[in-house]
Amino acid sequence: MNEQSVNLTAAAATGSTVDPSVVVAARELHTWFELRRWGLFRVGNVRAVDGVSFELRRGEAAAFVGESGCGKSSLARTLLGLYRPTSGQVVFEGREMGGLDRGQRRDYRARVGYVQQDPYGALAPFMDVRRILREPLIVNRVGDRGERETRIRAALEEVGLSPPTDFLEKFPHMLSGGQQQRVVIARALILQPSLLIADEPVSMLDASVRVEILNLLRDIRRSRKLTLAFVTHDLSTVRHFAERIFVMYAGRMAEVAPVEALLARPRHPYTEALLAALPDPDPENAGRLRELPAGEPPSLLDPPSGCRFHPRCPHRIAGLCETREPPDFEVAPGHVAACWLNQE
Amino acid sequence: MRTWHLLWQQLRRYPSALVGLALIGLFVALSLYAVLAIPYREALLLWRGGEQWQDYPRNAAPAWTNWWRRSKLPETIVVRESSAEATVEETFPDGRRLRMTLAFPYGYGEFPQEMNLFVEADFIESRPFASLLWQTPDGRQFDLGTYRLRGRERISLSQNRDLARRLGAPAHIALLSEPGARPLELTGRVLPGEHRLILDLVMFEDDAEVSTKLISYGRVHGLAGTDHQRRDLMVALLWGTPIALAFGLLAAVGTTVTTLVVAAAGVWLGGWIDAAIQRITEVNMILPMLPVLVMVGALYSRSIWVMLGVVVLFGIFSAGIKMYRAMLLPVRDAPYIEAARAYGAGHWRIILRYMIPRVLPVLIPAFVTLIPSFVFLEASLAVLGLGDPVLPTWGKILNDAQSEGALYNGYYYWVVAPAVMLMLSGLGFAMLGFAMDRIFNPRLRAG
Ligand SMILES: Nc1ncnc2c1ncn2[C@@H]1O[C@H](COP(=O)(O)OP(=O)(O)OP(=O)(O)O)[C@@H](O)[C@H]1O
Ligand SMILES: [Mg+2]
Repeated sequence: MNEQSVNLTAAAATGSTVDPSVVVAARELHTWFELRRWGLFRVGNVRAVDGVSFELRRGEAAAFVGESGCGKSSLARTLLGLYRPTSGQVVFEGREMGGLDRGQRRDYRARVGYVQQDPYGALAPFMDVRRILREPLIVNRVGDRGERETRIRAALEEVGLSPPTDFLEKFPHMLSGGQQQRVVIARALILQPSLLIADEPVSMLDASVRVEILNLLRDIRRSRKLTLAFVTHDLSTVRHFAERIFVMYAGRMAEVAPVEALLARPRHPYTEALLAALPDPDPENAGRLRELPAGEPPSLLDPPSGCRFHPRCPHRIAGLCETREPPDFEVAPGHVAACWLNQE
Repeated sequence: MRTWHLLWQQLRRYPSALVGLALIGLFVALSLYAVLAIPYREALLLWRGGEQWQDYPRNAAPAWTNWWRRSKLPETIVVRESSAEATVEETFPDGRRLRMTLAFPYGYGEFPQEMNLFVEADFIESRPFASLLWQTPDGRQFDLGTYRLRGRERISLSQNRDLARRLGAPAHIALLSEPGARPLELTGRVLPGEHRLILDLVMFEDDAEVSTKLISYGRVHGLAGTDHQRRDLMVALLWGTPIALAFGLLAAVGTTVTTLVVAAAGVWLGGWIDAAIQRITEVNMILPMLPVLVMVGALYSRSIWVMLGVVVLFGIFSAGIKMYRAMLLPVRDAPYIEAARAYGAGHWRIILRYMIPRVLPVLIPAFVTLIPSFVFLEASLAVLGLGDPVLPTWGKILNDAQSEGALYNGYYYWVVAPAVMLMLSGLGFAMLGFAMDRIFNPRLRAG
């Protein structure tokens, strides 16, 4: 193994001495789903997240990109504590989540906001906006009646739904998609989280409101100094938005790098393929379907041996890529790629 | 508030909903009236029957049936008299003889059902004597015999065999007939006018008193008629309403709510809890409820509350669970529930406040139509003889009617009245339910 290659696993492990600037860290995280035929016979495991380690620093915006089905949402949900990791750890502000008792877990959940993909589905259709925003406060026993109301109004102002009085009594179906997503964001923020996890927050919105919502998220992040983990499969929105990009492939990190470095010089053929498939920046073509890298996405039930990308890789090194899994090579400070091509 | 207003706006467009609401409103009003007019305890006492009904006729049809009769049937006539107001004919040491006249004007063309004289004598030792004389408007007189009075007694004129033989027909017919006519119930004609019953009383104590009451029992009575125990059927028809509504509503709420909660808990918690709920439901679904209720009624208790409990208990794991489950499964995976988990909502909050409210609107129509089915169940139990032993209910009326051969004897009103109540209540809820179904399940609206 090359000296330059730094195993992210090791890095995360050494980081276990509490570093206050790290908000959340994943250590060798695995989230597998047991697959059973007829609900009876174990067929195998869907390895949605299969060995992922990283750290997010306070105030950082990280984008997680990758094809559909590569495990982005599963990773997000594992970070949120909605899925119990099969193995590995999620460390939030220095505390390991698996070791939390019920109360602490609830605390943890209050410290992490969640913005989902489908804004309409994310709002209970039978609750009005006030009730939707009040629920997290009630569940976490925050404030009394009056204080809750002020918080609710402040949250609505913050996401640009003002005056709040116009929205408090509205039911989700009376709001536009963009307004719905603003309510979802307000709900995610109302408990004053330090980490916000947004799973494709704009992919179901009209192109016209996407930019608005992205800008809103960016502004909020800046004003609140929030850490943001942003899941998308759309690289084109990332560059204005994130500081680091995590490229996921088949449940693992293929490449992690600062945005400019990654866009300027990708070090993983999968990232290259993703970038090549981007539509030109001409706004007229924006939103056009992009071609993904040639070939089928791999099965997560039985991932390819060696490098998971090798069956689709144009540059594969015969005899190496299909047998040995590539370690994480640090090709530049903060730029890591799991690809044998980076071996000197 | 707003929701109710919106619902009303929608309902108004369906005539069936309006008819249904009107019927339900009527039954609610009847219930309120029943509960306010006859307190619960009093209703139970009345329905127990006995002496309190002695002024009422037996098996009388409702009075309004006279509307279409050419020859009106008589109603009950009560004439009272007491020794204090009677004329003293003679006094002797330690006693007196007096004459009491009970004037009895009779204008009907039909004979009464029966005639009884109730005598209440107040004395210390020596029993007074009373000789009875009947005087018809045309001056004929009939000796009805002499009685030695006890404290309280009923002198049944109609059932006195000797008298009947002497007069040629039961007294209430013979005494009221035209002279000469063969005094048979079928051919005899009533002699209208003021008949009189004269009592010659001999009392052997100075302060002995006697009061009397002559009752000519009618053949029609009140709005609903009476039953074989002379009870006014109105008591049970009125009180049956709140009982039926309460039973139907409580059973429907009880089964719907518990079933819904169990179904939602199974769907949400999954695993062995869900499996257990499913299996219990499957077993319970093939257990027929009626025989179980019959067994409970026969072996344990026929109290309506016990029955309600059994109905709800067996209703929990009913076929509804399967239906609710199918509706709740997609709700379980709704993003808003995942969001609730993400901000820390607990299991019960999710089940009760997030899952159930989502499916509730769709269930309201089914709930409304479920109410009468429990009302019918209660009535069926009563008809099978498993009605609550003390409560006056519609089913109990039907049960009595059936065991007394009401239809065979021509007492159709005895069956019709409770049956109409049952049908109207069922109709009311069904019509409202169908309209609601169209509102809440818009896919039906196209049809
Ligand atoms: N609860 C679950 N049970 C079983 N398998 C699951 C579950 N959630 C996700 N998976 C599987 O895990 C894999 C990764 O899914 P995931 O939703 O994380 O992908 P994704 O990257 O978010 O895709 P997309 O871009 O379409 O949202 C998929 O094959 C999916 O079928
Ligand atoms: Mg996803």
